Amino acid sequence: MKVRVRDLAVSYGDLDVLSGMSLDVAAGELVSIVGPSGCGKSTLFGALAGIAGEDGATVTGTVEVDGGPVRGAPFGLMPQQDLLFPWRTVLDNTTLGLEVAGTSRREARARAQALFEPFGLAGFEQARPGELSGGMRQRAALLRTVVGGREVLLLDEPFGALDALTRTAMQEWLESVRDRYGWTTLLITHDVREAAFLSDRVLVLSPRPATVRREIAVDLPRPRTRAVLTDPRLAAVEAELLDTLRA
Amino acid sequence: MSPVSTRSPVRTASAVSTRSAVSPAAPAPGRTTLLRRLAPAVLVVAALLTLWQAAVTLTGVRPQVLPSPLRVLEQGWAFRGALWDNALPTIQVTAIGFAVSLTVAWAIAIAVDFSPWLRRALTPLLVASQTLPVMAIAPLLIIWFGFGLLPKVLVIALVTFFPVAVGLIEGFAATDRSATALLRSMGASRLQQFRYVRLPGALPSFFTALRVAITYAVTGAIFAEYVGARAGLGIFMQLQKNQFRTDLVLAAVAVTAVLSIALFGLTYAVQRLVTPWYRGDHR
Ligand SMILES: Nc1ncnc2c1ncn2[C@@H]1O[C@H](COP(=O)(O)OP(=O)(O)OP(=O)(O)O)[C@@H](O)[C@H]1O
Ligand SMILES: [Mg+2]
Repeated sequence: MKVRVRDLAVSYGDLDVLSGMSLDVAAGELVSIVGPSGCGKSTLFGALAGIAGEDGATVTGTVEVDGGPVRGAPFGLMPQQDLLFPWRTVLDNTTLGLEVAGTSRREARARAQALFEPFGLAGFEQARPGELSGGMRQRAALLRTVVGGREVLLLDEPFGALDALTRTAMQEWLESVRDRYGWTTLLITHDVREAAFLSDRVLVLSPRPATVRREIAVDLPRPRTRAVLTDPRLAAVEAELLDTLRA
Repeated sequence: MSPVSTRSPVRTASAVSTRSAVSPAAPAPGRTTLLRRLAPAVLVVAALLTLWQAAVTLTGVRPQVLPSPLRVLEQGWAFRGALWDNALPTIQVTAIGFAVSLTVAWAIAIAVDFSPWLRRALTPLLVASQTLPVMAIAPLLIIWFGFGLLPKVLVIALVTFFPVAVGLIEGFAATDRSATALLRSMGASRLQQFRYVRLPGALPSFFTALRVAITYAVTGAIFAEYVGARAGLGIFMQLQKNQFRTDLVLAAVAVTAVLSIALFGLTYAVQRLVTPWYRGDHR
């Protein structure tokens, strides 16, 4: 297993947010996490990325990467808001993680630059984030997350703020680049169709304190294309997800 | 071609991007827009001056009490040498005092941002420094430090460093928590978080504070000179007042106003250079 989480519990003071959360993610797999709003999905990512403790949370349980304790910073977090900084150009926003890790500016730029074309951002390297459309901002934020070469991506509602048309386009695009780069990915979403379309497995969380209530495998061929959207098996997964969420 | 009908998902995404792309180069504001921006202020000032001139002419009030704006201008021009000779020391002391103030404000704000202990220790002092009555302190400073540069620099620093320090401290603290969290998830140290997020994020708030402070700086300098100096606009005003040259007092006031406005405008120019990405403040 690439990622193995056992009995993860997170609480803020008296507030238990996660309790006894266990999950596995295999290398190259995309696992979605759905659950009621406020149940602790973002908190789970914070705990994995090692930033929950500094927020005053108590974290217990084990997280293993490649069968051993977490070393370095294997998780690349794409937060719920895109958080592109207006004082940096789009290119320099995407190199932030590399710069923090001590990569020289020149090399960081070269590495990020190489991804601008596949991410549909070519020509906007020197633009300011405010000049990008919503979809482009999300792709820039995702580029910033993946360029650091992190082993596991944590995408927190990457397309939540987009209109339906752009969101569909972005889902198909994500599927294509994911297929190409073979990322190991955990994805939080509110959109059961998005979860069914993109995932190998979907984890449905219970209300707070959250545990994994149900795991649903999505048995559809990869790479997923638009044709999958009308596949009855996709509709069946969607229905199952909705039923579980409402139960 | 609508993005939905595109076959390849990658192409779909780039179709979306070109469709909604905004041109990265926004047109720079030209001379005409600057004129148009200044026009209302110029009009209002001209109207007020006209009113003043008319009032003085109609009432026939003595120039020792209230000179007409034309007389102020005329006498100010006749004494331009003296005005200039006194403006220079004022500009000098303002610049030095403000530089000291900025240095201290930045040092304190950064220290406070890094140390919660220092924040708790210094905040009451900062606030107290602002409640000191400058009227009472300035003469004391002159008694302690004489008529040289030091007491004036201290007065200016005292009245200006508080708004700058507070603007910076609150600017640093206003950093989005999730932005800091993102940096931490990348493994950024406290110093890196400061450099990459807190510092650039605080700059707009700094410039707002700078504008408030810089207007205090000039009046602070005048006040310090008024209390005691060998040269400067403040002492010039004092001397002319004692000789009932109201027109020259007002001429010096006008020079002070021009000076303040110039410095105020300068902050916008510097802000444009330092934070070209920030467009929230000026239209
Ligand atoms: N720093 C914090 N201090 C105290 N409580 C917190 C903190 N961060 C989150 N919480 C609480 O933890 C719970 C879970 O929050 P979290 O953001 O993980 O939910 P979520 O599942 O991501 O919700 P959404 O779907 O709306 O994004 C909420 O009740 C929230 O109030
Ligand atoms: Mg969330």
